[in-house]
Amino acid sequence: MALTHRSPNLLKPLATAASLSVITQPLRRPFSTDDTTPITVETSVPFTGHKCDPPSRTVETTPKELMTFFRDMATMRRMEIAADSLYKAKLIRGFCHLYDGQEAVAVGMEAAITKKDCIITAYRDHCLYLGRGGTLVEAFSELMGRQAGCSKGKGGSMHFYKKDSGFYGGHGIVGAQVPLGCGLAFAQKYSKEEHVTFALYGDGAANQGQLFEALNMAALWDLPAILVCENNHYGMGTAEWRAAKSPAYYKRGDYVPGLKVDGMDALAVKQACKFAKEHALKNGPIILEMDTYRYHGHSMSDPGSTYRTRDEITGVRQERDPIERIRKLVLSHELATEKELKDMEKEIRKEVDEAIAKAKESPMPDPSELFTNVYVKGFGVEAFGADRKEVRAALP
Amino acid sequence: MAVVFQAIGADTALSSTNLFVSKRTHFSYRQSLPERKTSVCAVRSNGISFSGLNSRGRKAEPLITNAVATKAESPTASAASKPGHELLLYEALREGLDEEMERDPTVWVLGEDVGHYGGSYKVTKGLAEKYGDLRVLDTPICENSFTGMAIGAAMNGLRPIIEGMNMGFLLLAFNQISNNCGMLHYTSGGQFTIPVVIRGPGGVGRHLGPEHSQRLESYFQSIPGIQMVACSTPYNAKGLMKAAIRSKNPVIFFEHVLLYNIKERIPDEEYVLNLEEAEMVRPGEQVTILTYSRMRYHVMQAAQTLVNKGYDPEVIDIRSLKPFDLYTIGNSVKKTHKVLIVEECMQTGGIGASLMAAIDENFHDYLDARIVCLSSQNVPTPYPGKLEEQTLVQPPKIVTAVEQLCASTGSCQ
Repeated sequence: MALTHRSPNLLKPLATAASLSVITQPLRRPFSTDDTTPITVETSVPFTGHKCDPPSRTVETTPKELMTFFRDMATMRRMEIAADSLYKAKLIRGFCHLYDGQEAVAVGMEAAITKKDCIITAYRDHCLYLGRGGTLVEAFSELMGRQAGCSKGKGGSMHFYKKDSGFYGGHGIVGAQVPLGCGLAFAQKYSKEEHVTFALYGDGAANQGQLFEALNMAALWDLPAILVCENNHYGMGTAEWRAAKSPAYYKRGDYVPGLKVDGMDALAVKQACKFAKEHALKNGPIILEMDTYRYHGHSMSDPGSTYRTRDEITGVRQERDPIERIRKLVLSHELATEKELKDMEKEIRKEVDEAIAKAKESPMPDPSELFTNVYVKGFGVEAFGADRKEVRAALP
Repeated sequence: MAVVFQAIGADTALSSTNLFVSKRTHFSYRQSLPERKTSVCAVRSNGISFSGLNSRGRKAEPLITNAVATKAESPTASAASKPGHELLLYEALREGLDEEMERDPTVWVLGEDVGHYGGSYKVTKGLAEKYGDLRVLDTPICENSFTGMAIGAAMNGLRPIIEGMNMGFLLLAFNQISNNCGMLHYTSGGQFTIPVVIRGPGGVGRHLGPEHSQRLESYFQSIPGIQMVACSTPYNAKGLMKAAIRSKNPVIFFEHVLLYNIKERIPDEEYVLNLEEAEMVRPGEQVTILTYSRMRYHVMQAAQTLVNKGYDPEVIDIRSLKPFDLYTIGNSVKKTHKVLIVEECMQTGGIGASLMAAIDENFHDYLDARIVCLSSQNVPTPYPGKLEEQTLVQPPKIVTAVEQLCASTGSCQ
């Protein structure tokens, strides 16, 4: 009753705002968000291939996937911004490398693979950890060095790991994770699993020699390794043209095929990763270059504006932001209203704040944790004194 | 004293181990090693007497520079009547590798020229024909990344054995060994285990020059999370190799270039030694001599001379370089009150330096004199033979040191 009485009032302002075409029918939509009706989208730019035929620009997706992309990327973005504040509040110490701007690579890759495929990366790993199924509480606890963290608080920002869903870290020395990634691929081939490994590195680490050594071995033995260069154009403070004679990272594999992808377009990333997985299982390694951008500096101690202009950063944010792209797609296909997306973002913000509060409650590691996990159980479990009779500490 | 029991079930069926047949070459599956009985075997590490060793076919050289042990005392006893079988150290290593690869299909070997070539010191000879190209993998020359690759494979469930053609080459892989091999179990909060074995010959050889005569145990000893062992006889080579492969922790296994042709009779039964235990080579009452790897033979030569002069040295081969077997060492120090360390590392920052600190910290009250540590000179190993000899500790120097040590505490003869 109240509704019918009120509805004429409701319709009046809506009638005047005729330009807002989306809100004409607030309760009825062509698709529901859980629908799996395929939607076909074109990627922003075509793929460029090196020694391979690039996949088509047309990507199939579903409303559910697009909404998942939006939600996941918004969560990742919110987590990184929150980490920024926590760092400034001195709750996160040491090095903290933020991934905001590059979220499309994480979600696009996840959409193309399973949890049995392995991902390994360097220190910019918070969002990839979330993508692999890590929870916000575990992430924030690890960042703040608490017991509830994914590495029990002992690793920190650069050492997130999640073995049960195939996330192998989290490595401080860039470049070293690429041979590890080829080793993961080797084990997959040895055990005859039909899975692949994605070894991520940046444009800075792309000049490490061990990368090319590992690529040689992967190509020699047809390992299912996919090397993904997340090219955000700056290796800490050095622009790519100042560090690499040939900044076409997808071509630097020489005999190994490569593909250049717009890393700010989650659907393009998904298409490329699917293509790469098929290729790697059949023909061996392939290099993907993700053309992406980071809004923050290299780490929290880098303002990020001494080697690039603020105009450049805002320019990319306006034109190529990955979340905005998905938002436009969602709105244009009428999968959700502007308000619903804003509400979702508010909800995510609340979720992140709750996770931070919960993480703050988690205690710091016990002093005895200093000695745990140095060796695998079986040796060093009990620390003996020199006599081997006097037990100095019984460690868990 | 800890004893390792190895319960072995019925004859292990040889699993079809040719998991990967190279497109380019095909290897026939043939078993190159004789059948072995499998049964339960309990091993005590102090049961081996030193006199069973002899050198094989070495040309006669002055006693001073001969690195290997003295001849066996009873040449008349026929070899066939004794139990066990005789073999050289590199063959013992190969046996250990072969048995473990047969037992566990996730064990694989990689390194330069380990496959088709058979290994530069023949340790992996015949294994590629038996297990195929994938399990005995010839790598290109890229120590940093093949060590990294093996560690990655270990993170994902396999058990690699990385061979450095010479231990010195593994300096190129230091980052991988330190950060990703030693520390990953800790940094990941216990999620990943890295059950790798990194093995290879090191130490000073003959005229090999400075870059091929390095003693890497002194560089690796600080890395947390790894274990280090050094073998010295065929018996402990095979036992320690098997233990290292079965261990869930990363183990760096030091062999010595000049010890590969040591011959010894080892048991037919399967046995596994304890990685953290030292070996009592010669029990004694007067002075404790701690040593490992090749220096064990120099010490035993000196011990012969000392015994003839009336001294009674106790010789312990520490075997486990990280962690030290402070229990065995401690018992010995409490008995003799005098310690001499003979090592091949350089004086600065070597294993001897760490061992001195550890013994002093734990057993200071039991010592009658300061610990004497004989190490190699702090110089790159030169090429000419005479200079090379001078960089190392030779038996006469050990004899003099013991005499001085005993004289200084007034307990001689």
